[in-house]
Amino acid sequence: MVVPTGTANTASVIAAFRRLDADPVLAVNPKAVEEADRVVLPGVGAFGPAINRIDQLGMREALTTRIESDRPTLAICLGMQLLCASSEENPDATGLGIVPETVTRFADDLRVPQLGWNMVEPGGSTSLEAGWAYFANSYKIPRLPESWSGATTDYGGSFVSAMERGAILACQFHPELSGAWGSNLLRRWLWKEA
Amino acid sequence: MLAARVIPCLDIKDGRVVKGVRFQELRDAGDPVENAAAYEEQGADEIILLDVSATPEGRGNAVETVRAVRSVLSIPLTVGGGVRRESDAGRLLDAGADKVGVNTAAVSRPDLVAEIASRFGSQCTVLAVDAAARVGGPPVIGTERGHIRTSGSQLRSRWEVVVQSGSQRTGLDVVEWCRKATALGAGEILLTSWDRDGTRDGYDVDLIAAVAGSVTVPVIASGGAARSEHLVTALRAGASAALVASILHDGDTTVADLKLGLSRAGITVRR
Repeated sequence: MVVPTGTANTASVIAAFRRLDADPVLAVNPKAVEEADRVVLPGVGAFGPAINRIDQLGMREALTTRIESDRPTLAICLGMQLLCASSEENPDATGLGIVPETVTRFADDLRVPQLGWNMVEPGGSTSLEAGWAYFANSYKIPRLPESWSGATTDYGGSFVSAMERGAILACQFHPELSGAWGSNLLRRWLWKEA
Repeated sequence: MLAARVIPCLDIKDGRVVKGVRFQELRDAGDPVENAAAYEEQGADEIILLDVSATPEGRGNAVETVRAVRSVLSIPLTVGGGVRRESDAGRLLDAGADKVGVNTAAVSRPDLVAEIASRFGSQCTVLAVDAAARVGGPPVIGTERGHIRTSGSQLRSRWEVVVQSGSQRTGLDVVEWCRKATALGAGEILLTSWDRDGTRDGYDVDLIAAVAGSVTVPVIASGGAARSEHLVTALRAGASAALVASILHDGDTTVADLKLGLSRAGITVRR
């Protein structure tokens, strides 16, 4: 089940899961989001409008509850940033606050957005594998929150390219656009024992 | 470290891939879905679809083609051609595009860039610019509400923007336009040299350096590629990605061969 964050990569996410013979549906109500077997929180665009959209749909509580209850959830790109408390992109907006981090902007001397393929390097105990992934972001999570494992990537310094805790997986990159490596990641997440 | 990208471009007309020289003399180059899938298999980092018929003939966007290509493609897809308003961009994104290119309509109405960027984000707003070396005549330095503004003296750069698939020169300075559009929210520039398009004479490296040195967003070099050496020069001049079309469609080389050449020249690519 895919949460319609009102942003732009929903079609690519759905197409990617269909290629894996899954049958993704768009979530219509909070109850369904809270209880679905697997939920994807996609998102591209800006932090503020996306979190507003989640509030308008009444899904903030449902998402927080499901993630705190460790039900299989995949957050992609902006979806990952929404798990944080806040973002420099829209300082007045309140994120889901699952992790206490603040999302920060890449340094001014870099080409921003970061658009293209960069190397994901897993650290510690994680299901993530090393490989090239496609990124499209201007903001990033600077450090891995406590009690999460994950992977980092270098773009003018290290940032969190993925983080994992129990059944929750959050990727700054787009697995749905990351070729065979990304498809394998989605397949593993999809068929992992809940 | 971010890898340099090699991006095959499919010009689409009436649901078929076409290729011409300086946007003219279009010839058939195959089926878009088959082409896109083959290029992904060869190691393409991204695919660009340009609906080349959309602007001159006032046709709608190739939404069906986008949907069909998306269903087989697991790498990013950028679509341009005939995007006149935010809703056109929305339709393409809904069909499975990841980024949307704006060109002619944004020159007439620059706010289109801001509208698409604020609704969908800078990272999916691509400014496509067709640049031609200026020829004679009084220099023209900008447009205001659709009217062209001329100046007796200064030329800002050696290139002016051409629109309507290259059929109309605007006088608009290419570097100024790229700066303005990125300030409005464009997150990437697809920079095509109209003079080099389809010629195989190599990219216009001076043009790439002028634009890449003036903006902080990634620049995709386009127009004139024949060999991996051309890609190397464009990337060293500041491009983040290199677009290729004719040489792939004609089967003269493959994405894998081009990337091997880049790698041997010491440029980081995804392989």
